[in-house]
Formats: sequence, C-alpha cells, structure tokens
Amino acid sequence: MSTQTLDRTTTTAGPTWRRVCSVDDLEVERGRAALVDHAQIALFLLSDGTVRATCNRDPYSSAYVISRGIVGSREDAPTIASPMYKQVFDLRTGSCLDTQGKDPARLRTWQARRSDGDVYLLWGRAS
Amino acid sequence: MSATRVVVVGAGMVAHRFLESLLSRAETPLDVVLLGEEDRHPYDRVGLSRFFAGDDAEAMTLERSVLDDARVRFVAGDPVESIDRGAHLVVTRSGERIGYDRLILATGSSAARPPIDGADLPGVFVYRTLDDVQQLREHVEGMSRQIERPLRGCVIGGGLLGLEAAGALQGLGAEATVIQSSDRLMSAQLDLPAGESLRRLIEQRGITVRTGARTTRLVAGPAGAVIGLEFTDGTAEPADLVVLTVGVRPRDEIARAAGLDCGDRGGVEIDATCRTSDPAVMAIGEVASFENLCVGLVAPGYAMAEVAATRLLGGEAIFGGYDLSTKLKLSGVDVASFGDAFATTPGALDVVYSDPVGGVHKKLVLSDDATTLLGGMLVGDASAYGALRPLVGSVLGADPAAFLLPEGGVTAPTGELPDEAVVCSCAGVTAGGIRQAVHEQGCEDVASIKTCTRAGATCGSCVLMVKGLVSAELTSMGRTVSSALCEHFDMPRRQLFDAVRVSGLGTFSAIIERFGRGRGCDTCKPVLASILSTLTGAHVLDGEIATLQDTNDHVMANMQKDGTYSVVPRMPGGEVTPEGLIVIGEIARDFGLYTKLTGGQRIDMFGARLEELPLIWQRLVDAGFESGQAYGKSLRTVKSCVGTAWCRYGVLDSTAMAVRLELRYRGLRAPHKLKIGVSGCARECAEARGKDAGIIATAQGWNLYAGGNGGATPRHAELLAEGLDDEALVRIIDRFFMYYIRTADKLQRTAPWLEDLDGGIDGLREVVMEDSLGICEDLDAAMDLHVEHYEDEWAATLADPVKLKRFESFVNAPTTADPSLAYTPSRGQARPASTEERRSGEVLIAGTRLEVRR
Repeated sequence: MSTQTLDRTTTTAGPTWRRVCSVDDLEVERGRAALVDHAQIALFLLSDGTVRATCNRDPYSSAYVISRGIVGSREDAPTIASPMYKQVFDLRTGSCLDTQGKDPARLRTWQARRSDGDVYLLWGRAS
Repeated sequence: MSATRVVVVGAGMVAHRFLESLLSRAETPLDVVLLGEEDRHPYDRVGLSRFFAGDDAEAMTLERSVLDDARVRFVAGDPVESIDRGAHLVVTRSGERIGYDRLILATGSSAARPPIDGADLPGVFVYRTLDDVQQLREHVEGMSRQIERPLRGCVIGGGLLGLEAAGALQGLGAEATVIQSSDRLMSAQLDLPAGESLRRLIEQRGITVRTGARTTRLVAGPAGAVIGLEFTDGTAEPADLVVLTVGVRPRDEIARAAGLDCGDRGGVEIDATCRTSDPAVMAIGEVASFENLCVGLVAPGYAMAEVAATRLLGGEAIFGGYDLSTKLKLSGVDVASFGDAFATTPGALDVVYSDPVGGVHKKLVLSDDATTLLGGMLVGDASAYGALRPLVGSVLGADPAAFLLPEGGVTAPTGELPDEAVVCSCAGVTAGGIRQAVHEQGCEDVASIKTCTRAGATCGSCVLMVKGLVSAELTSMGRTVSSALCEHFDMPRRQLFDAVRVSGLGTFSAIIERFGRGRGCDTCKPVLASILSTLTGAHVLDGEIATLQDTNDHVMANMQKDGTYSVVPRMPGGEVTPEGLIVIGEIARDFGLYTKLTGGQRIDMFGARLEELPLIWQRLVDAGFESGQAYGKSLRTVKSCVGTAWCRYGVLDSTAMAVRLELRYRGLRAPHKLKIGVSGCARECAEARGKDAGIIATAQGWNLYAGGNGGATPRHAELLAEGLDDEALVRIIDRFFMYYIRTADKLQRTAPWLEDLDGGIDGLREVVMEDSLGICEDLDAAMDLHVEHYEDEWAATLADPVKLKRFESFVNAPTTADPSLAYTPSRGQARPASTEERRSGEVLIAGTRLEVRR
C-alpha cells in the first residue's frame, strides 16, 4: 500500500474496547453467548477470574453453539469442547487441540478484559 | 521465496484428495488454483446412489476445509478450455488466463453413450454426476404423477454402476430391468458361476435381468420420448425411461489439443511418477492412462493423487499399478472382487465354495503352492472382504476353506497382517503405518489413530481392524490399555464412584482437588455429574453441578445439527390421552416445531430454540406432562404392548407394568442411557429382549432378561430370572440397575458391562438374587432414595428464576433468536436448510418463525 495521510475512516476503524455485559452475568466455567453488532460471541469466565471470548460458531458443524460446550483444561490450556462433535479448542488462541480425526480448524478469538465489574471486548475490524 | 503456483484442472474426488495431501504436507509456500466444471463443491461421486436413499447434495460434499485453506482459490463452473504449454498457462471458458508452475490434470471421465440410434432421446439418462441423478429423479417423479402404473425403467449396462442405478430406480418406485450385452452381470469382476449367483440375488430383489441382450436402437414414441428398446434377436422391451451405464471415457480433450501423449484407448499417458510427456504437467485419476489403461475406480485415483502430491513436494513415491478391488454398494446384495480374481497368474489355484440355495458363491485364488492369496470373488456374503483384501500377496496362514465357509469361519486376521497390507484404502494406510503410529506417536486408541494417520476417518469400515491392530500392538509392547477416566483422573469410573461415595464430597471442585488434577473436561465432568446425581439426588442445574452437564442435560433437551433442540415429554408406557395429544399438537404448531414419533413410543418435537424451551415447557407442565429425559444418560422409555387390557393373546397386563416401571425409574442417572421393554406374552411385540431390561409375561409370571441392546451392536438380553410376581420383578430390576450404575465404566451400556462382569449373567444373578456380595440392602436403599427424591426437572426449573437465566439466547439480548437459523419446508413441515439451500436463497422459512404466545 502507498503511504498516505490517515483519513477519518482508517482512524475510526481500529479496534476499541466495547462493554458487553457485567461479570455477574457470567458463571464460572459455563459459557454465555453475546451479540455484538451482528456477530455472535461466546464468553467464558474461568476459575482464575479471567474472561475469554471466541466466535460462537463451531467451525466443524457451522452451528452457533460453542458457548454451550463444556469448559475444562488440557495440561496448561483452558479449553472448550464443542457440544456438537466434541472437538476441543484452546480458549486462549482458538486453536483446535483435538480434531476428532477431522482437519484442523480454529475458533476466532477476541481479547476480553474485566473492568469495574463489567466485561469488555477489544472490538473492531483489525482485531 | 515465491510460492509455487499449482493449477489443478477438475474438481472431483481425486483432485480433492490431491489437495488434501498436498496442503497438509507442504512446507514451502503454495498458491493453488482449483478449476471445476460442475457448479459445485467437490462431492462423493462414489456415493451417488445415497442421493436416492435420502441424502441431499450437502451430505455428499467432501471435507470443505480443504478448499477454505488460504492457499487455495477454488473456481466452480468455469472449466479449462485450453492449455498453452509454451506459456505455462491455462485458459478457462470465461476467458481467464491462469499461469502455472505445475499443472495437474484431474478431469476424470464422462459417461459414455453407446453409438446406437436413439441414445439422445428425451427420457434417456446417464449416471455420472449429481446433476444427472437429480434430473433422473425429477423425471421419474414427474412421470409417476402422470402414469397410473409403476414406471418401467431399463438400465443398459450390467456392471457395478448399472446395478446401483437399477437399485436407485427401484427406490424411486419404478420397475427396473438391467440389460447386459455380455453373458453375465459385472463381467469385469466376476466369472460365469459367480455372475449367475449374482443374477439370482438381483432377481430376488425384484430387478429383471436380461443377459446376452445387445440393444440395436432406442424407440421414440409419438411425443418424441423413449418408449422402448429393440435387440439384435428381434425382441423388444418397453421402457418409460432408460439409464445408460455402459462405461466411461477419459476427458482427455484439452490434453490432446495441447499435444500431450495420449493412450490408444484414450487417457493422458503417465509414468509411475504420474508425470505426462510434459515434465511440468501431471495427470491423476480416471483421465490418466498408466501402461495404456484407464480405470474408472476411485481407489487407484487416490493412490495417484498421493504419488503426485509427494512428487510435487520433492518426494520419491511411485504408482505401483491398479488395484481393481471393488465392492458393490447395493442394499441386500453383497458382492466383492479383489486382486487377481480371474486367476490369470500362471499356476494359480481356485478354491470355490458355492451354495446356490443360500445364494452364496465365493472363490479364492491362491498361488501354485496354495499358500499365498492372489485374489477372489465373493457373492452373497462379502463379509470377509475387509479381512481378505489386505492379505493379497501374502501368506494366508490358515486353511483357505476357513475363509469361505459361513458362520464363525472368518475372524479378522489382524495379528498376522504384514506391514505392507493396506488396512484403510480410503487414506491408503498400511498395517505397518498403524503399528508405527502406536510405537512412535504414542497412539493408544482408534481416535488417536484417526488423527495421526487418517485411517478410519473416511468410510469407517476398517475401524474394527484398526482397533484390533492397536490392542495387539499395545499388548506386544507389554502395555495394558489405560483404565484412567481421562487426563484429570487416573482411576476408572467405578473407582471414582466409590471414592466420591466414601469421601462424601459433593462438589466438582472439591472432588477434582482431592482425587484429580486440572479443571476437568467433557469426559470427566458429565461422569461426575451423573455420580453426584445418583449419590445426592441433586437437580441437574443445582449450583456448580450445572456447569458439569453436557449441553443436552444443561438445557434438558436434545441438541440437533443446527444448534436448536428437540423436546420429548414423558408418556409412560407409551400411553397418551387425546387431550395430551391436542396440547402437543398445539404447541408444535404455535412454535413451528417438526414432529416425529420416536422408536420409544413417544413424540419428539424438533427445532426449539434455547430461549423457547421454558415457554414450551411451561405449557407442557401446565397440561400435566413432565420431562422425558430423552436427553439424559438415564432411563429413556419403557416400551410395551397393550397386554391383557386389549389384546386377545395377552397373558399379563404389560402396559400397567410398563407405566409402573417408567414412573419408578424416571430421572435415574446412569453411565449410559437405559431402556426397558415389557411384552404381555411370548409373541414379544414390545421387542423387550433388545432392551437393557426386558420383561416378558408367561403363565407362571414375569421373565426378566438383562443386558440387551439395539443400536450399532445389537445383542439379545439374557434370562436373569423367571416366573416372578410384580414385587419381586421390581426389586430385582432395582438391584440390577443400581449395581450397574455403581460399577460400569464411562459410557458403558449394560450389554458390554454384563460381558465384562465376572461370571456374566450367572455372576449378576448371584449378586442381585443370592446377595453373594452382601450389598443388596445397600442397593435397595440407594434405589429407594432415588424414588423418594424424584422431582420433575422441568417443573423445578420453571419455578426457579436463577435456573431460567440459563435459557437466555444472548447475555445482552436475552430473547433474540439465533440469526443464523434457516429452514426449508419438507413434506408439510420444516427442516434445517442445507448450506446449498442457504446459498441459493431457496430458504423459505427464516429463523424467527412466529410471535411466541404465552
């Protein structure tokens, strides 16, 4: 791309922190779905208090069900098992740790953080 | 380093396999363009007949993720029209010019039309692509509406494909006749005696066969469409439609025009590295001519795809020649042929077993010293195919007759399979490859073998053999198969149950801290939820227990493929009042649910969204229904006949007993689902012996059978006790179930549990009737606790606002429907739309179907 002065559209398109819900809306180790713009997000509150966010769409079944899986761990990785065909994903990176014999596919992830009892997502085109 | 540009011409199964192999192994940058003629994603052409068995185009689509790879650009519906080898580029129909470093021709074949008059008439079809079979189906359905009698369909060509097409015509309600010019069916694979056996099987299936019949022309009727066939002997055959399956022709036009060397009988000539006469061009699959032969089977095409991918990546693989093994896929007709089936090897010996009455004909071809298996034909019973085909070329190691005789003669010879024997022909994995995966990659079960080698991941027919190889290999390494529940608990379920019971711990966090490690997984969490339910009687959504549940238990409904749920209210003993039926009908109508009867004598309503479940259940509970636990590893249904209440032959009141048992064991959590059947007489209309507990009435009282199973591994239940009165019957079932719940492994049903149990059925009888372990009092008390604590899970949930929060669709939009849902009408109801239907915009029912009424 050629060098250009930044115009208004490029400066506003960067990701910003967006409030989604309060921490109290989440339950430890059970996901919840959230609707951000038109995207379906799966939110997870882990036992150490961190919040993780992934795409709610299961890449293996194309159904929007990831938030309804079982949260667990694999060695050091916090995981989510898809309720559809049981593939297991690393909640930190979205990479698939158990493909059940299928080709590797990953979950998209977003950065999430807690602040003043609320849950925020780093949301925008470039995330 | 710039990416190697690979252009693949043709997007069929072989091209798909090539890409899969190439992309998964490439370590250098690739830029792949895949150009297909059909306007579709690559699909399973071998499974074309499944289209008539109800599968839609979507179900036949091959693994999509291959083409979703960022290195691939897939262009459908724009075939390549010419190759400019000098400029290293191809030109497509739309005029796009695409340069290549390496060109892969995988254009396949087209169905041949015989050079006879009328082969192009309306009503004449070929059987090659999804479009072909779709047109055929539409034509048959259209004509069936106009003609009162069954349609008459003729298939010209009695090979594999012809027989499948005849089966498909039958499936569409047409009468099918197979016209074969040779003296026997499947003449490329079978000799005359085997062909005769096959003919009898085909005729038994209601398909007419004419052999030695050469068609001279197809006759047109007044409307211009085909109405019949004429033969060289002057006879004729009426036909409302004709399907041509007389072979295939390689699609070598563009290769010829580009000056590539082609075989005398068609096809692009390749050497054993799949290279054509141009070093930059390779050909694979049915378009490739190897040693002057083109073959219309997918397995050799897959083998070429692997060779081409390996070569392109700089490896050394060679194509060793065609494996012509085939197996007919026509229900009720079992035929296979493999290796040197016609005994062309000098000195080859035949061993033949023929049973014309039973419709079985089997032949093995052996080397001149009768030790090495060369090939064979199996008609009427091809169960040995999977075991024998990998043994071709190796020493049989047993009396050949043992492989031919029916019943018990054949055991899969996994132990002595040579390393080079191909076990999974879909992925081309040898026995040696599986052994290596066990030794070097630490695979200990079928699932890890699937991941490491892909063996068993496609059609699944080799899974049992893979399993046998893995355990034989583990045993030879002096290893026992681990009994650990998962990586978080080193003990098996049975021990964990005892540990939880004795320790009295009641929460997951406390249990995993004391007996395990980590934060659990989708194996141990549901197991602990089930154990805690049995021991404490807690509700599925009580506190931390809720987080352990599989989604089905968590929302008390069964997840379906699109992420919606199905709802099954309990109908004890299969009884339902007219008022109950009306309520269910109204609910299904108001929420737009698809309804179907289950195999367990109740009604299933599909397509309920998460946030609709409480609304639906409020109406069901108000009408007196309760949860059917169709989602749980728990008692499902008690199936029964009407017994003495209505039946002329009934001996005891089977329905009343079924209702009593269902109300007693409803909600009982177990290692796996539990089913009961009660038949009112020895006619066994309730099919009770296929259930975990089967009860059959006799003049002397109830007979109780234990450990039956339907499903994938059917097993008849065994007689546990006979001549019981009502009270004794209930007590013995109490103890049987509770003993099973305490001692079974994870996800182990009663049938395999009973097989593993010391002493089998006799051992069980000693425990539950003679109290040999002194635990009966304990088992009785545990079951009494269950009966006492039972509450309807759904009624309890509706009364608790905290539990109801779990049914909000989105945390920040609690009643908004999942916007991705889409439905298509089918036979007066809705079903989830396929990806194809979504793309084409033919989706008629959107996700939000109606205003929900309270």
